[in-house]
Amino acid sequence: MNTPTDTATTLALRSDLQIIAEWIQPGNHILDLGCGDGSLMGYLARTKSVTGYGIEIEDHYIPQCIRNGVNVLQMDLDRGLTEFSDNSFDQVILSMALQTMHYPHLLMKEMLRVGREGIITFPNFGHWKVRWYLAGRGRMPVSEALPNYWYNTPNIHLCTLQDFEELCRQHNFQIQERRTLNHHHETGLGLRLLPNLLGEIVLYRFTRLPDNIPR
Amino acid sequence: MPEKIDNNSVGLVTPEKFHCSEPISLSCGEVLPEFDIVYECYGTLNSNKSNALLICHALSGDHHVAGYHTWEDEKPGWWDRFIGPGKVFDTDRFFIVCCNNLGGCSGSTGPTTTNPINGNRYGPDFPLVTVSDWVESQARLADHLGIEAWLAVVGGSLGGMQAMQWSVDQPDRIKNAIVIAAAPKLTAQNIAFNEVARQAILTDPNFFEGRYYEHSVQPDRGLRLARMLGHITYLSDDSMAKKFGRDLRQGKINFDYGVEFEIERYLRYQGDQFVGRFDANSYLLITKVLDYYDPEGTEKCSLAEVFSRAKCDFLVVSFSTDWRFSPARSKKIIKALHDNGLNVSYGEVKSSQGHDSFLMTIPQYIEIIRSYMDKLAASL
Repeated sequence: MNTPTDTATTLALRSDLQIIAEWIQPGNHILDLGCGDGSLMGYLARTKSVTGYGIEIEDHYIPQCIRNGVNVLQMDLDRGLTEFSDNSFDQVILSMALQTMHYPHLLMKEMLRVGREGIITFPNFGHWKVRWYLAGRGRMPVSEALPNYWYNTPNIHLCTLQDFEELCRQHNFQIQERRTLNHHHETGLGLRLLPNLLGEIVLYRFTRLPDNIPR
Repeated sequence: MPEKIDNNSVGLVTPEKFHCSEPISLSCGEVLPEFDIVYECYGTLNSNKSNALLICHALSGDHHVAGYHTWEDEKPGWWDRFIGPGKVFDTDRFFIVCCNNLGGCSGSTGPTTTNPINGNRYGPDFPLVTVSDWVESQARLADHLGIEAWLAVVGGSLGGMQAMQWSVDQPDRIKNAIVIAAAPKLTAQNIAFNEVARQAILTDPNFFEGRYYEHSVQPDRGLRLARMLGHITYLSDDSMAKKFGRDLRQGKINFDYGVEFEIERYLRYQGDQFVGRFDANSYLLITKVLDYYDPEGTEKCSLAEVFSRAKCDFLVVSFSTDWRFSPARSKKIIKALHDNGLNVSYGEVKSSQGHDSFLMTIPQYIEIIRSYMDKLAASL
């Protein structure tokens, strides 16, 4: 899960915040998985009057969320969302934490069970810098976005944009929208043409097939 | 003098007594024509009476939650580490009330007090009360104190059950419920422990069907055993291993039944301490309050439906090694709360100290409560 040294999370939060906020309707009931200090939920509550809960496993974030006025529940996402009923949220957000999950695909299923729409953002392992690093040095990439070494990284399930979309196809997760941000956290024409190469952070909005709650 | 008085103690406190002359109808169908509630207060009620906290005690607690009655007391109130100027329940910011519950043995109406109808002690004739009855009696105390709504009702273990019940029985009179190391109902295992404790008392030859006062004796052996058993369940295997291990008092085994292991000394000490201060009939009664607590069963609906009446915000805390009221039990509460879209935060504190953790100053636990209380103080 997110650690204080995980700069990827803090960097990305600022830039994907706006896009996620665009995807949220005012007054929606939201579940934010891996909510950290509650910045996103706090932002959405202020700007979109959303209600809902953040889920976080790290001890030090719990009082921070409480101080930020965010409802936080200390739970382990790798154990699923069994505490939540079907269809209890408008959107379930997983921001920059997919790659830290033991069972990303099972969590995505759970997201679409408890919510009608999932929003996922993650660092794209297909980004050219990552490829360049691996090809050139023959070692696991370390960068600003992925600051940890292979042995101490919380990012145990890194994937590329194409990997993610393949997983969605296999599980009938319906991608509604994809946005990519480059390493300056901007968007542009190049990103639209070569998203897997130029996108450092990808954002997805996805739903289940109609009348098909994943189990 | 106490061994050590901490700088942030509330100091000397005097219990007060509220006499309620309005009859109270109990869940069991009986009516108490009048009753007394003994309570203590700390801090100052603000002008709009919005800063009042009610602390609810657990099985063996009482109204004396902080400070000292005299400077001869060896120990302060049972949650003194949490209550005082600058502490998590800050008496500079909040007005804090704790009462001895009906059926207790520290001055409130219960088995040891006199039945006004016949002038005898109630003893075993004192009706079995429930958590809801306690909430009703506490609401009468709130009326008496001029408190329309509690900023928060706070409790650990059985105290947490009272906080939950407040949220559904008196939804307009509670702004926040702080529910610590609690459960929506006891498990069969919990009831089993309580039953063994009760049997220890009921089968004590000095019990006399609960009329031991008339024989000028107490079922001390039974009460002592009950308490020893209780203490085993309040600790974790880990904490017992850490605190006592297999340490021997005299460094060797003596091949007899004396106190050899440190854990034996501890349990006997706890049992002996308890016998001096607690009444067996009250103990029996309060274990029944625990066993009967089951809002789902009582109302014949789901826990989510029970909490549909609640309006307040919740903070729920559990402890990793608490096997008496485990984190899984707290998660049942959480689910019922968020199924109703209620505001709730939940912390699962890593601790080696089992159910007793709720009485301890564990840094993460303190920080969770402090952050919540700071938020409440800011809202005043």
